[in-house]
Amino acid sequence: MHIDYSLLSTEIALAILGLIVFTLGLTLPSRSTNRGLGAFAIFGLLIVLGITVSFWGTQAELLAGMYLIDNFSVFFKILALVAAILIVFGTMSYANNNLSRQLEYYSTIIFATLGMIIMISAGDFITLYIGLELMTVSFIILVAFRKTDGHSLEAGIKYLILAGVSSAVLLYGLSLIYGATGTVYILELAELVTAGTISPLLVFGLVLLVAGFGFKISAAPFHMWAPDVYEGAPTPITAYLAVGSKAASFAILVRVFVGGLAGMQEQWATLLAVLAAISILLGNLVAIPQTNIKRMLAYSSIAQAGYIMVGLLTASPEGIKGVMFYAFIYLFATIGAFVVVCAVYEKTKSDEIASYAGLSQRSPLAAAVMLISLLSMAGIPPLAGFVGKFYLFTTITDNFMWLVYIGLIMSMVSVYYYLRVALVMYRDEPTDPTPIKMGAAVNVTLIIAMVATLVLGIYPTPLSELSNIAAQSFFTW
Amino acid sequence: MNFPILTTALLAPVIAALVIVFLPREEERLAKSIAAIGTGISLLISIYVYFAYDTSVGGYQFVDFGQPIPWIPDLGVTWYMAVDGLSLPMLLLTNLIGFTAVFASWNVKERAKELMILLLLLIAGVMGTFIAQNLFIFLLFYEVVVIPIYIMVIIWGSSKRVTKEYAGMKLTIYLLIGSAFLLVGVMAIFAKALDITGIPDMSFEGLAQVAFPEQFQIYMFALLLIGFGTLLSMWPLHSWSPDGYAGAPTAVSMIHAGVLKKIGGYGLIRFAIYVFPLGAKFWAPVIAVLGVIGVAYAAMGALAQKDLKYLVGYSSVSHMGYVLLGFATLGLIGVNGAVAIMFAHGVMAALFFSMVGFIYEKTHTRWIPELGGLFQNAPKLAVGFMLAGMASLGLPGLVNFLPEFTVFIASFKVYGILAVIAIAGIIITALYILRAGANSLFGPARPEYKDVKDIRGPEMVPLVVLGSVLVIGGILPSLLFDMINSGVEPLMAHVNDILQMGGGR
Repeated sequence: MHIDYSLLSTEIALAILGLIVFTLGLTLPSRSTNRGLGAFAIFGLLIVLGITVSFWGTQAELLAGMYLIDNFSVFFKILALVAAILIVFGTMSYANNNLSRQLEYYSTIIFATLGMIIMISAGDFITLYIGLELMTVSFIILVAFRKTDGHSLEAGIKYLILAGVSSAVLLYGLSLIYGATGTVYILELAELVTAGTISPLLVFGLVLLVAGFGFKISAAPFHMWAPDVYEGAPTPITAYLAVGSKAASFAILVRVFVGGLAGMQEQWATLLAVLAAISILLGNLVAIPQTNIKRMLAYSSIAQAGYIMVGLLTASPEGIKGVMFYAFIYLFATIGAFVVVCAVYEKTKSDEIASYAGLSQRSPLAAAVMLISLLSMAGIPPLAGFVGKFYLFTTITDNFMWLVYIGLIMSMVSVYYYLRVALVMYRDEPTDPTPIKMGAAVNVTLIIAMVATLVLGIYPTPLSELSNIAAQSFFTW
Repeated sequence: MNFPILTTALLAPVIAALVIVFLPREEERLAKSIAAIGTGISLLISIYVYFAYDTSVGGYQFVDFGQPIPWIPDLGVTWYMAVDGLSLPMLLLTNLIGFTAVFASWNVKERAKELMILLLLLIAGVMGTFIAQNLFIFLLFYEVVVIPIYIMVIIWGSSKRVTKEYAGMKLTIYLLIGSAFLLVGVMAIFAKALDITGIPDMSFEGLAQVAFPEQFQIYMFALLLIGFGTLLSMWPLHSWSPDGYAGAPTAVSMIHAGVLKKIGGYGLIRFAIYVFPLGAKFWAPVIAVLGVIGVAYAAMGALAQKDLKYLVGYSSVSHMGYVLLGFATLGLIGVNGAVAIMFAHGVMAALFFSMVGFIYEKTHTRWIPELGGLFQNAPKLAVGFMLAGMASLGLPGLVNFLPEFTVFIASFKVYGILAVIAIAGIIITALYILRAGANSLFGPARPEYKDVKDIRGPEMVPLVVLGSVLVIGGILPSLLFDMINSGVEPLMAHVNDILQMGGGR
């Protein structure tokens, strides 16, 4: 059988990059490498991003459907790479000052990205699981990276145990589906599973699958790990968990449910709708009393997962397009917020919301980016989140009107806790009025995040058309 | 390809705000002057457009770029900036109030630069709602105004009876929850229209041509009524209004009561009634009843207030009841009157709040029993206050008289006894306005206020600009009514066509 390895150039390049970064870290003297290693990683990731972009428009399968390359997967790969680049770039000084040994740090981030990318392109359950585990194991290392910090270790242990359990559940579900249908290929599954062939075994497997993926996207009631892990992990890793891990998991969720199990849409749509509703309600309500900004963002990311799930319910191109659009704009908002969290932490050594007092005077840019990012998550126009929610929720007004009510009312409620941060930043006088100086890299990242959130809110057409094309390619298999 | 004159008016404050961002903190006067120039340009443009608009032709004129520019094709969003006889009075009102609000905040010292930036963004946002003829762009501007207001209230607001944090949050949450219902409606409407026609289109004209089933219209109209009604402070969704105005700084109260509230009324006629005539017919009696309850309830409420800002706040809720009553007639005359009230009340409320703001600035109290005899030291201030008061109670010769009279005539035919109750509200209005004026302005001069300085210089701008509009509009009402009629007539003709077909579509 002839295998066209060039189709894998993104993955190969990324694996090589990870190994080079790792070796460089080992061989070069440690003190001087720190900064250089990060810069090198970004440089390499940019090249990989370039390679990935060149795949736009390719529609091919590898190894008889084990690996799928289409615009849908390229879109999510670009998303994962952009997230990795922006996070590494914006938090390099945080990493230099707060994380001791970085040679594993950057290479592990690259391997986590590789895991995401494999998962995004997975065409069968085995590849899916390999990608998922590569990503998860890398994240376990990264979450516990601050070895002297009890919180970080606690978060690492929690993530390890819970991720292990969820993997087991997921595997069990996958094996049941294999048992019921006799195939692990997602495209074959689409032909085998139709309304007439649904068996209790299949339904049980489906439920386990929802539980397993629900953990990865931190949807309620499988969200328990998120607040503790988000709080304990080093902030750049929290950001990457919130953006990259979540987006990649959504990609595979869409692939398996909409691509493979479309015949069971009736079964899973209601289930996902209920989970989305619980996530939106719980995430937004529990975020209200939080005093730690990372915990607050963790609960808000649970709610965001709920919003994105809405796009799956109709199994239509419009819905998938909404998922992709929202995932991309959520990236900018989340990275903007977390890079500010990093910058503030460097100065104040605190993640409490109270330590943001007077931020608008200490660093107007950081305060503005934080405000814009939070309001975009809340879906206030003219920021990108508004258009994103519009795309998502217009798809379900026919069948799930009750969810539209919950989603929109709760997103207005979320303004309450987002604005409390604004209150502290803009009204309160700073306890320490010295300005917060941020490096050029941080400033550039913040400006990119802010401009993207604003521009895509006012003129979303370019991204909307890209996601439209990508969503179409998903349905042409 | 026309010159995009309306977009220019919209961008003038935004550009002014951007310029101010880069000013050093100390340059407060310069920041205020730039804000005045930015809003001044918008005001001049809207005055020009108002008088250059051809009422005998009607319809949309001054369409930017000559046609709608595609913006988000898959949502049917176009950059469609145009004005008709309904938009124009609102556009003029926005800029009148925006321009004067800059001068009403002339004495703010604390973080004046930031105040001006937010104020300019707020004005641009409000303006956008009135000139955008596409539902999506309308919504964009509709919600964009909420956040600047929140920040302005919590920084520059005052904590008299309620804390400013409470006032700001109450205002924000009320309006946002209201808009959540509106958004649910808009999404369902967009999806339904796409279902029926197959072409995404969110322009008001396009949506009005879609044959929505009657049940759907009734359902959607209810959602829109909750959304717009909250903003218009329709009873029982009004309770944010007095608290919010009391906590807000003067400029915000002026813009909020003067023009932002009117977005609710504008949305009702431009969107809800125009696109869903059958829904409007179903809900009209409910609107009328709620409107009349609002008139009576809020007037009684105002009667009990001792705080000047609360008094004006309740009074504005009461006046909005007349607007609702006018809409509920679903007839040309009633709607004309309602739109005219929106304009007239806007000018009046802005003048009122700016005068109350100056009184508070100079005496450090808004508590009516603590005031008195201000006329002796500050005659101009007192004149401004009384002018607004007289307009509020509907004195003939000022702009508010004729619109209210029109609504009474139109609603008496349709609702009879309800209209009578509403008219009785006028008497209560007269009572609380005259009492407040008498107690705070007249009587013997109080020793503690003998050093109070009258308004002068830039402080005179609100009085001169808004006061002259009150008088000119009163003497030459046709300036206002011809304009409104040319805009409302085609809308109501469309509504009546559909109502006469009796849902046969």
